[in-house]
Amino acid sequence: MNDETKYMLKQLAFYTFIFVVVAWIVVPLIVATLYAFAAPKDYYDPNKVIPLHFTAKYVKTILIHLGAWEAIKNSVVVALLTIAISFTLGIPAGYAIAKFIFPAKDTIKLSIVALRMFPIPVMAIPLVILYIRLNLIDTRLGVALAHTAMALPFVVLITSSIFAGVATELEEAGMVFGLTRLGSFLKITLPLALPGLAAAAMFTFVMSWNEVFVASVLTLSHRTLPAQILSIMAGSSGGAAPDYYKFAAAFIMTLPAMLFVFFARKYLITMWGISLK
Amino acid sequence: MKIKSEFLPYLLILPAFAYLMFFVGYPLAQALYLAFTQNGAFSLATVRRAISDYYFWTALKYTLGLAAIIVPTQVILALVLALVMNKSFKGRDLSIYALVIPLTISDVAAGLIWYSMLSPYGFLNKLLMNIGILDNPIYFFGYQFRHMEFLAIVLAELWRATAIVFVIILAGLQMISNEYLEAAEVFGATYWIKLRRIVIPLLKPSIQSALIIRTLFAMQVFGIVWILAGRDIPILAGEGFYQLTEIKDYGVASIYALVIAGLSILLGALYIKFMKAEYLEVKR
Amino acid sequence: MVEVRLENLKKYFDKGRVKAVDGIDLTIKDGEFLVLLGPSGCGKTTTLRMISGLELPTDGKIYFGDKDVTYLPPKDRNISMVFQSYAVWPHMKVYDNIAFPLKIKKYPKDEIDKRVKWVAELLQIEELLDRYPAQLSGGQRQRVAVARAIVVEPDVLLMDEPLSNLDAKLRVMMRAEIKKLQTKLKVTTVYVTHDQVEAMTMGDRIAVMKQGKLLQVGPPAEVYLKPNSIFVATFIGAPEMNLLDVTVKEDEKGLILEGESFEIPLPEDFTPLLKDYVNKTVIMGIRPEHLIVEGISEILHVKRRAKIEGVVDFVEALGTDTIVHAKVGEKIIKIKLAGNVNVPIREKIKIIVDLDTMHIFDKQNEKAII
Ligand SMILES: Nc1ncnc2c1ncn2[C@@H]1O[C@H](COP(=O)(O)OP(=O)(O)O)[C@@H](O)[C@H]1O
Ligand SMILES: [Mg+2]
Repeated sequence: MNDETKYMLKQLAFYTFIFVVVAWIVVPLIVATLYAFAAPKDYYDPNKVIPLHFTAKYVKTILIHLGAWEAIKNSVVVALLTIAISFTLGIPAGYAIAKFIFPAKDTIKLSIVALRMFPIPVMAIPLVILYIRLNLIDTRLGVALAHTAMALPFVVLITSSIFAGVATELEEAGMVFGLTRLGSFLKITLPLALPGLAAAAMFTFVMSWNEVFVASVLTLSHRTLPAQILSIMAGSSGGAAPDYYKFAAAFIMTLPAMLFVFFARKYLITMWGISLK
Repeated sequence: MKIKSEFLPYLLILPAFAYLMFFVGYPLAQALYLAFTQNGAFSLATVRRAISDYYFWTALKYTLGLAAIIVPTQVILALVLALVMNKSFKGRDLSIYALVIPLTISDVAAGLIWYSMLSPYGFLNKLLMNIGILDNPIYFFGYQFRHMEFLAIVLAELWRATAIVFVIILAGLQMISNEYLEAAEVFGATYWIKLRRIVIPLLKPSIQSALIIRTLFAMQVFGIVWILAGRDIPILAGEGFYQLTEIKDYGVASIYALVIAGLSILLGALYIKFMKAEYLEVKR
Repeated sequence: MVEVRLENLKKYFDKGRVKAVDGIDLTIKDGEFLVLLGPSGCGKTTTLRMISGLELPTDGKIYFGDKDVTYLPPKDRNISMVFQSYAVWPHMKVYDNIAFPLKIKKYPKDEIDKRVKWVAELLQIEELLDRYPAQLSGGQRQRVAVARAIVVEPDVLLMDEPLSNLDAKLRVMMRAEIKKLQTKLKVTTVYVTHDQVEAMTMGDRIAVMKQGKLLQVGPPAEVYLKPNSIFVATFIGAPEMNLLDVTVKEDEKGLILEGESFEIPLPEDFTPLLKDYVNKTVIMGIRPEHLIVEGISEILHVKRRAKIEGVVDFVEALGTDTIVHAKVGEKIIKIKLAGNVNVPIREKIKIIVDLDTMHIFDKQNEKAII
């Protein structure tokens, strides 16, 4: 009986801990979502911990009158451009690191890791001057180019590990049976790597979607979503935005990220080298 | 046209590498130029202007202070979580999915989400008041509650960015062969001895990379602070942003950028020097 | 040093779907070198892990001497183990790897040093003490694993296929060294392997396992000469024992084994053993090394013999031995002849069977009759 009680108590403590941890992540998300749609009178009622009356009014206002819908479109364009450019540049490099052995490979890999760590503000502030000169300031392409610089090291490293996971023998078999190296890559390696690449693309999308500093600095009228939200919610002008607008804004920003986690959760995990049971 | 295959890998890497070098090299050169010249000649005027500002030193202090509190807490928290999630239990996968959600949430959104938790009419205050723990709300926001704003930022950052440390450490943990632990167990080690003598030393590379990543990103912290505290809590990236967008002082903004870069390089180098895992470096 | 006793030991995985170990009774004597032998997947590792305490049994008991250790954690059992992949910790130098078990048991510093030096000398790895495992070869790492396992003088030493990751030459060498070491230390040892040569050369006794059950336990010679089942008979010895379906017939002179293309009259003393099998099919088993080819190899001591005819189908010359594949009826029989013998292919030969080394198995339950 003694051992059994001890065991039960241990189990209980363990699951309580798990519950607390999961709640710590999930509760704020639920609360923010509920509050995004809460009627102000419920929100300002100190007795209503959980709102009971809902309205989509503020989400709509932000989307339509405060420019969030336009900003979403900008964000999508910027993110897609970022994926396009960073994958065009990154896939060949990732492939080379995965499949070739050459001197200086480790050095190159390491310097790409180091470049991944390069602080974004450092890049963005001086870039303004160049962009003014090149007429890239306040353009979506300009932001995408900067986001590419941020995403590219990640794309190179992650694609190289994806390609490394595709057996070289498969590709060599293709070459033995008459394909060129490029043909073999396109017909064999790429299709096999596709699911991984799709997850990497989604993650790149999220990176660009979430980035706020570069986008805020480099744009004024073509703001991406986080930049737009930041400019209406914070700083000198936005401190006075009513709370329920803030929650509506949080919801709009978080929704795509949540959908990403939901649909790509397995890849999101395995991308980091974690295996599930 | 036939490319000699020994050049092929370099050719494949070159575009990406050149792109990155440009986007790092050019801004760095430009920033140095903006920071240290005036009318085309070397000058420290801009530097003097930057460091004579009260906000410069405060921003430096808060940026380092936030990092000093947040990063170690995150590593310890993530280590505990990873150790727990590495056991097998019912609902493990779901719990892991929940824990990595913040990986995809932006700092701006995280700031707003925590605002909904901590504002005077936020969830936490209303909950605590309704179950009778509080009589009046705790105020987290506003210049006069700066310490609470600091705490709110810490909470929100812990919530948002512990996930990345967690995934790195969990991946490292899963790479440790179970036989290493079983061997220790057979030779009489308790859970704590295994943790201290086997697990943590073997996790050193993972902990090191997590520390570097988190510390360097902490030097650039921006969105979450800007949303939750504005300039009540000045930080380096925020001041650079402010100088650039409000004051239009490109020189001073560049100095903030350079300070962030300098701190990043310095701290990265320190970690690599003092946290190296000797056993990984020995020659065969 | 203790005696280890397993009583009806069971381990089921996946809610009983996988019966990894299915009721084992076995006593390992104090100081004995017992080899657990069986094909991969038969439950050897699981058995070993239950003895170590890394795995808890589904049912049954484990005793060390008189003490019931079934549910004791590994740290309270005073055991040591050599893992298949060695599990030499990569972040500790060789010295610290070996010293680890001593440090855990809180030996004083100078005692630790003395013991590490002693065991390093025993295994000839003194020069490696200051190196990291990454700087060692597979064989050296294996020695470190063994050193670490014996440095505390455990009550029971467990080894799980410790030689399977070494190349053939090193394997033969380490086989002898481990055996010598164990004889010297007299520690009760359970050694797991799927390699029957290892089992034959190292074990004081061999326990043969199949699908979670023990088939036969005995000294190597006994298991080799008197296998109790077809499985044990074929698992031990290379090339494998020849098996032929034969029918037991009876005529006025006694019993006869009738094969597809031959008849073997049996002496009288076989009659009581086979009388229940008259007119039934049984399986005759003969080891290739117990067969002789008339005219080619010497007939030395074979007292009671039978002849069967065959045609040479194929010859493997191994240098030290020659394996002749002969077709007898539709069946191929292997004959192992010492030395390098020249046997022409398609030649008719007479194969001599030594009736005293012949085995007969029940076709239904595959148990040995003779
Ligand atoms: N943890 C486990 N979960 C499920 N099945 C297992 C586990 N460990 C071993 N088994 C199964 O038990 C059987 C015996 O395994 P094992 O003892 O490792 O065999 P051996 O060491 O003789 O090769 C195998 O069928 C194996 O698949
Ligand atoms: Mg095994």
